[in-house]
Amino acid sequence: MICDKCGEKEANVHLTKIVNGEKNEIYLCENCASQSNEFSFGTDHNFTFQNLLAGILSPAINNESSQNNLLNNKVVCNKCNSSYQEFSQKGLFGCAECYDIFENKLESLMKRIHGNTEHSGKVPQRRGGRLKLKRKINDLRDQMQEAIAMENFEKAAILRDQIHEIDSEMEGEVNGEH
Amino acid sequence: MENIDYSSHLFSEAGPEKDVIISSRIRLARNIEDISFPNKAKDSERKEIVEMTKQVIADQEKYQFNLLDLYEISDIDREILLEKHLISRDHAKRRVGKALFLNNKQDISIMVNEEDHFRIQVLSPGMDLDKLWKKANEIDDLLEENLDFAFSEKWGYLTACPTNVGTGLRASIMCHLPALNLTNRIDKVMGAISQLGLAVRGMYGEGSNPAGNIYQISNQITLGHSEEDIIDNLKSVNQQIVEQERKARQIMLNNEIDNLKDAIKRSFGVLKYAYTISSKEALQLLSDVKLGIDLGIINDLSADLISELLILIRPAHLKISEGRDLTNKELNIKRAEMIQEKI
Ligand SMILES: [Zn+2]
Ligand SMILES: [Zn+2]
Repeated sequence: MICDKCGEKEANVHLTKIVNGEKNEIYLCENCASQSNEFSFGTDHNFTFQNLLAGILSPAINNESSQNNLLNNKVVCNKCNSSYQEFSQKGLFGCAECYDIFENKLESLMKRIHGNTEHSGKVPQRRGGRLKLKRKINDLRDQMQEAIAMENFEKAAILRDQIHEIDSEMEGEVNGEH
Repeated sequence: MENIDYSSHLFSEAGPEKDVIISSRIRLARNIEDISFPNKAKDSERKEIVEMTKQVIADQEKYQFNLLDLYEISDIDREILLEKHLISRDHAKRRVGKALFLNNKQDISIMVNEEDHFRIQVLSPGMDLDKLWKKANEIDDLLEENLDFAFSEKWGYLTACPTNVGTGLRASIMCHLPALNLTNRIDKVMGAISQLGLAVRGMYGEGSNPAGNIYQISNQITLGHSEEDIIDNLKSVNQQIVEQERKARQIMLNNEIDNLKDAIKRSFGVLKYAYTISSKEALQLLSDVKLGIDLGIINDLSADLISELLILIRPAHLKISEGRDLTNKELNIKRAEMIQEKI
């Protein structure tokens, strides 16, 4: 692998830095690495990553009471064995269940990285039916409120019926599954 | 196991906005629900994912993929894939269960067991994000037909790194901005871009003055916006950059035409006759010549050739072309030869 800075020598220093939530990987030769004071250096990947992520992660930790904090840091994902401390060092979750286990920490973390805490993009085609219906209901509710505000009660009633219809469809689905 | 096609077809096609935009890319991150992410998965689980992917791909007819086992292939082949931007640096590190599914045209690929189980990537020359999103979306559906992806109603598609969660979408554009750089406007433009939730970085080398004046611009935010909104945001910012760059080129043409012509033709001369050339110098001179082509100062050369050369002059490609390992000194000589063979 060739150095990112001089483009000449073999790169043997690997850096990961997070700038505004974007993860950047940088590879430098020893020479360029020692000359640069833009970053903090270390050949140990985790060490540098820990420092760089710390800026994002530590405020979330500090905001909580220390007792809570202690408790939370002891929680370990029962599927992959990751602790929150391990996550904050690596910057990586170990499995999908980690998202449930560390749920109470994620709200502020995601807010800091993305400025948002609610997915509004694509939904899986095959298994995302429920969420699609939920979104449809929210959409219809908005339209119903609008209709009521415009005193168009006839339209509001039609929308209400549509909402009920989807509601019962969703319930049927849940009952069918379990 | 298939062999790698070392030639580059991708840049032999014309793409929209090609005077400024070299290529565009869409990447989607996905994971299988019941298996730990690659950083925690066992060797056997990662291998199982490769097998599952193989099956899904065998069961459909629309797309043809070749499977490259990144543990089995040679170091030089891994470097080649990296230089072609087909795999990430992270993925180039040898580990059991890492694989790449690649189509013949090399514009669609699926990295298996990089940071996430799947990284679907599609790329095209020029500016073509809408078409790319359509294609990536289709391949995502195709995988999802037979695989259960990790997805939560609140967080969307779950990824190993929290910076990818939600859509798992990274859209990016590689652009050539020599005039913005020469007229000292680049920092201002870049500053404005980073205010808009986009990340800018040099393609080759760090800092605000990357080799070859080539920049990569991509979305940073993946959660809370739809894929279409993320892409539209990048597209509109990009349109402004294209306009700014063209404006800066026009200003240079109006005020500095003689100096500009002289500088570009000198760079062309060095590329044509140098005996040895470093990659940094080559990137800079190729940038000058590309600008010359786009401005009509150099007429008997195609800009696509320059884009192709950006990849062909990199070390692993030169070594493959020579058929043996090369020292730094030999690389610089071979690089000059390669350039002269093409232009
Ligand atoms: Zn260096
Ligand atoms: Zn876990």
